[in-house]
Amino acid sequence: MYLNQFLIFAAILFCIGVYGVLVRKNGVLVLMSIELILNSVNINLVAFGAFNGDIAGQVFALFVIAVAAAEVGVGLAIVLLIYRNRRSIDVAEANLLKG
Amino acid sequence: MFAAEAAETAVPWLYENVWLIPALPATSFLLILFFGKRLPFKGAEIGITSVVAAFVLAVLTTFTWVGDVEGGNTAYGTVKVADEKHSDEEHGDDHSHSEDEDHGSSEEEHDDEEHDDEGALLVDGDGGDAQPIAFTAGSLAAVEEGDYEPRGAAVVTEVNWFESGLNVFRIGTLVDGQSVMMLFVVTFISMLVHIYSTDYVNGDRRYTHYFAFLSLFTASMLFMVLSSNTLQLIVGWELVGVCSFGLIGHWWEEKPNSDAALKAFLTNRVGDIGLLVGMSILFFGAGQTFDIVEINTKALNGEISGTVTTWAAVCLMAAVMSKSGQFILHTWLPDAMAGPTPVSALIHAATMVVAGVYMIGRLYGVFWEGFSIFGGTLNLMAFIGGLTTVGGGLLAFVQRDIKKVLAYSTVSQLGYMVLALGVGAYTAAMFHLFTHAFFKACLFLGAGSVSHACHHSFDMKADMGGLRKHMPITFWTFIIGSAALAGVPPLAGFWSKDEILIGAGVWPGTGGNGTYLIPFIFGMLTAAMTAAYMTRTVWLTFFGEYRGHDHPHESGRRITVPLIILATMAVFVGFLNVPKSFVSTIGLPEDWGLLFEEWVEPAGQTYFPFDGFTHAKPSLSLAIVATLLATGAGFLVLRYYQALYRKDPMASEYSDGLRARNGLAAAGYRVLENKYYLDHLYTGIIAGATKGPLARAAYWFNQNVLDGIVNVAGFISVRAGRFIYYFIDQGVVDGTVNASGRTASGSGQFLRRIQTGQVRQYATLMFGAAALLAAVFIFAV
Repeated sequence: MYLNQFLIFAAILFCIGVYGVLVRKNGVLVLMSIELILNSVNINLVAFGAFNGDIAGQVFALFVIAVAAAEVGVGLAIVLLIYRNRRSIDVAEANLLKG
Repeated sequence: MFAAEAAETAVPWLYENVWLIPALPATSFLLILFFGKRLPFKGAEIGITSVVAAFVLAVLTTFTWVGDVEGGNTAYGTVKVADEKHSDEEHGDDHSHSEDEDHGSSEEEHDDEEHDDEGALLVDGDGGDAQPIAFTAGSLAAVEEGDYEPRGAAVVTEVNWFESGLNVFRIGTLVDGQSVMMLFVVTFISMLVHIYSTDYVNGDRRYTHYFAFLSLFTASMLFMVLSSNTLQLIVGWELVGVCSFGLIGHWWEEKPNSDAALKAFLTNRVGDIGLLVGMSILFFGAGQTFDIVEINTKALNGEISGTVTTWAAVCLMAAVMSKSGQFILHTWLPDAMAGPTPVSALIHAATMVVAGVYMIGRLYGVFWEGFSIFGGTLNLMAFIGGLTTVGGGLLAFVQRDIKKVLAYSTVSQLGYMVLALGVGAYTAAMFHLFTHAFFKACLFLGAGSVSHACHHSFDMKADMGGLRKHMPITFWTFIIGSAALAGVPPLAGFWSKDEILIGAGVWPGTGGNGTYLIPFIFGMLTAAMTAAYMTRTVWLTFFGEYRGHDHPHESGRRITVPLIILATMAVFVGFLNVPKSFVSTIGLPEDWGLLFEEWVEPAGQTYFPFDGFTHAKPSLSLAIVATLLATGAGFLVLRYYQALYRKDPMASEYSDGLRARNGLAAAGYRVLENKYYLDHLYTGIIAGATKGPLARAAYWFNQNVLDGIVNVAGFISVRAGRFIYYFIDQGVVDGTVNASGRTASGSGQFLRRIQTGQVRQYATLMFGAAALLAAVFIFAV
């Protein structure tokens, strides 16, 4: 097993996540894409941790998972409220902050 | 080394804690002010309790002092003791006074606050910088010259008050014969006046306020009496002035009363300038010290130059003239009778007005050197005293108001005291102060009792006469007081007046400090006049037929009991200082003579005159002559009024008397009636002549100088304003503001396009930026 394999896998996952965030209109899918990004980072952390032979990477990954859980909670609540107000979760339509 | 000595000789507890005596009424003042109105007796009970407690302490102090002097205990010399702290529980136990628990009021607060630097003070006061102070037993060298043992050394207890630069200002107490004597007098008279007042001002609209002021006055006077330094003396001096102002103007709703209060205050201010200047001169003259003992010692040692002491004494004399009602600043004293009568008794007879006399006694070393009292030539003090004693006595003849007669008599007697001090008869002056306090308080309170009966009138000619039958107690006490004042032997006034007369040293065989002919003549004249005008007063008040309306009645017990006590004192206090020769003549031990002198006079101490200070010897012939003169004058007046009574029982003056027949007498009467035109001089001529030109000058100054300055300033500011408006405000400031506004608006217009509201676009930008950053990190670094 080479480190590269994990890193490349994580990079692909990251790019899919970024693509999802930038392209999808569905708010839930945007959130899911963000999860992808975060998890790609987790993979990196764990991989580097295993590579260096210490546990710090896994600890960081755990932190990231915990924060991601909170972030998703807030995010889903926002999406839910947007849906209640607009009967839609299309993020392209939510442009009230347009200058 | 001296600290150790002071520690060995235990100074009596009372000497070190004598500050409690002023602290009690001071506390009472605050308590009455805050709680007086809610109490059952409207605050009077607090005042009376505190003053009784203070009196008990004063009596104990007096006994301690007398015991010390009698026992020859002068071991502590003139000691300086740092105030050792005694906790509160120590003093509420002995005299069953309960309200002094929080004695930390007014001036005494300092004592409590400053206890932490006592140790330093002890060292400081006795070792280091105080080395020129002759506080050691060696200072008693003068004793060998005199014929008396050193006695009555002062006990000074001080704490640091505050420090300013190198000067340490202290506050403390000075216990010696003079202050102990005054403690007794002030608390005693104040106590009786308090009791008397509960009846006299009963139902007054400011009853509580009145008692608060009485307490404050008592506290201030005691504070002044105990001062150990001149700064403290000034504070006490001004405090009694303020209290006097408040009490004279007690019924301020009536214009004359508030005018009288103002007059008293302002006249005193004139003298106070002298006091401040004099004390400042002494402060610098004595090497930057306020310490009374040190100043006196240095003045007598010649460490302060003669010119300095002379000028200081002249300035201080001005203060004495105003406070102690000496000619020509006496004019406030008779007007001060506008206050309630007990106040007149307390302040304007027994205590406050003697502050000036007291101050001379306190700084006697300075006056002794300053006026060369030992020299035997007429000096300013003796002259002013003499002038006052005669001038005041003459004025007493023409008064209709019984209180004003007494007021002028006070002026006259104060003149006597100053005269005595001026001729070097220190003890005689202090003794006269002492005896005068009792009989004059008795007379004033008697006058109050009379006016109480006569519907609050003081007019002897219109509303009195024949009161002898209606008010026997008041009558007899008044007679005793008058006789004591007139110098009828063997009442109090006789002994003290006699001592002053022999002190002038004119009469053959009396000796004294020199031959003061003019003061002696003035003194003799006054002795005769006093008897004469008191006879007139007594006759007009108590004899003849009652000229008022309704029926007069004897006053209540709270008025008569103080009168009886004071009259008793007026009879007996004179025996405290009878000549030794007299005592041995009537077969008593010689030690019973001159007790007062022994107790009060700090003879043989360095802060008291020793060089050339001699006591005059008593003279029987002088006593007989003076008594004959006084009784003769009194008798003549008595005959005069008896003749008038036979002519018309209701009359109070002859319709065809000397005044109607003789132009000169009429003119003299007019001069007296107008009080030597001094008030006209002050208000009409001096104030009038000053205020017109002063007002015109002020107007001119206002119109020309001030208005000119204002106009120029206005013109300049208008011009400057225009310049600022057009160039700075419109150009620079507005330009800047507008430019920044335009910038903000322009950039806003440009930047708002970025703000689309599309989350995904923001994300794009964010990721793009992150990618860019990553690219920079990867390729550029």
